Amino acid sequence: MNDIISKNLTELVKNIKNKKISSEEITKSFIERAEKSKTLNCYITEDFESAIEKAKKFDNKPNFKCKLPGIPIAVKDLFCTKGVKTTAGSKILNNFVPTYESTVTQNLWNEGAILLGKLNCDEFAMGSSNETSFFGNVQSPIDKNLVPGGSSGGSAAALAANLTPITIGTDTGGSIRQPASFTGTVGLKPTYGSCSRYGIVAFASSLDQAGPMAKNVKDCALIQEIISSYDLNDSTSIDYKRNNYSELLTNNIKGKKIGIPKEYRVENMPNEIDDLWQKGIKIIKEAGGETVDISLPNTNYALPAYYIVAPAEASSNLARYDGVKYGFRSNGKNLIDMYEKTRSDGFGNEVKRRIMIGTYVLSSGYYDAYYLKAQKVRRLIKNDFDEAYKKVDAILTPSTPSSAFAIGEKTNDPVSMYLNDIFTVPVNLAGLPAISIPAGNDSKGYPLGLQIIGKAFDEQNILNIAYSMEKQINFKNKINDWWI
Amino acid sequence: MAIDLKTVKHISKLARISLEEEKAKKLAGDLNSIFEFIEKLNKLNTDKIEPLTSIAETTLQLRKDEIKSKNIRDQILKNSPAENKDFFVVPKVVE
Repeated sequence: MNDIISKNLTELVKNIKNKKISSEEITKSFIERAEKSKTLNCYITEDFESAIEKAKKFDNKPNFKCKLPGIPIAVKDLFCTKGVKTTAGSKILNNFVPTYESTVTQNLWNEGAILLGKLNCDEFAMGSSNETSFFGNVQSPIDKNLVPGGSSGGSAAALAANLTPITIGTDTGGSIRQPASFTGTVGLKPTYGSCSRYGIVAFASSLDQAGPMAKNVKDCALIQEIISSYDLNDSTSIDYKRNNYSELLTNNIKGKKIGIPKEYRVENMPNEIDDLWQKGIKIIKEAGGETVDISLPNTNYALPAYYIVAPAEASSNLARYDGVKYGFRSNGKNLIDMYEKTRSDGFGNEVKRRIMIGTYVLSSGYYDAYYLKAQKVRRLIKNDFDEAYKKVDAILTPSTPSSAFAIGEKTNDPVSMYLNDIFTVPVNLAGLPAISIPAGNDSKGYPLGLQIIGKAFDEQNILNIAYSMEKQINFKNKINDWWI
Repeated sequence: MAIDLKTVKHISKLARISLEEEKAKKLAGDLNSIFEFIEKLNKLNTDKIEPLTSIAETTLQLRKDEIKSKNIRDQILKNSPAENKDFFVVPKVVE
């Protein structure tokens, strides 16, 4: 049994196609593991009985032409799943059962995958530590005192702890890449418009993207080719040629030019992060790539601009939670009182904070000073990347300015929490694809990640670079099952 | 620029989130440290820069306005917090 859960996706698919193991065996193995791993608090909603039924059904009438034949998968609880509770980690949605399926998850089921359940995340994906979830924080499988990162913290922890062979997260400012980096896993944020936003609980619509999280780059490429699709149900979905990324994957990166942006060497960054970065540069050179010093001069302004744009869009998106048509309601003496009490009791502190920021920057008299200003800065950030990509094919940076921090360490200081996303946020503002791969451990033994940023729609190229680096890094995640 | 308690209360009214005095004070503190951070942007001259409103910068796609989900009325009403089989119910609005 233990043998099954530690296999990566590619191995599982191969074994199932060779009829060495059944979907039921695989599904039960991951469920058994989840039953033993409740301490981690990865799941918000388990759908185990239904998963076993579906697995049996698959085994009775298997379709081996699918890319994910009978493979059980748990997903972030931000994706609407038809008939299965979807909470977004919030009290305000704690009893919401969608009547429709998100496009991204539907794409998984169309390839034969089976839903295991819904994974914990920061409330409405607002957080970098999975501590803002109404359903409690997630403990990292790396160490019990550590956060798994966020907002896709339950996803990252479940993947690293072998509760699911791959998973799906969402990334608005780093919510796939930062938890991947903290847990020694691979996470890809695709180009804006690559994966449909239909059926994903909205946070900041111009930044949100769904993406795969996996144990290795090949699995990640396979999931990306499955979930990425042009979708008329998302008006910002983009019609472009999508590859079979996993088939075209190559570790030949000879002659590729990789930019090293000097602005990512930030103040107070631990030496270990810089060393890791240098290691990455060396590995690229050894593989025949060329590194080029570049400048992204407005990098420093990305995070403040993000903390205008994202809350502004969130305040607008979250206006729909009013206690009328679905979700939680508090009683009030009249309609307005009901709205105000519902939203006060239903949203957690971080969500309220961001709604307040967003409402303020969009309020009369402040729009130009904040929101318009931030959109202009966003243009400058994008121009920086456009300029850099005249000279290079991709950009290499650390994924985060530190390794995972302790539970509770940053909860009282929102700005220090926000600073965690300093290397990931510019990518969302510019709509680019980026992947985080595990690249080493710090002195405490905690995983550290490197980020490869690509040109828009150039997922194949960053997957190839990641694939090449992965082989040379040969990272082994140190997980001692402390919770069992 | 400091955000005072009065402003916090005004924003909470606009956002339709009721706030107790204590929480409003705490929030004022948080917002001030966040805006102190945000105001770094003022160092940057953006007079001649076009705002970036959408990363895709294409015309939004249109699709046919067709009904695709049928007979989901009961399912949808089931999610309503007020128990009623036929309508969404809110506190009395008209006397």
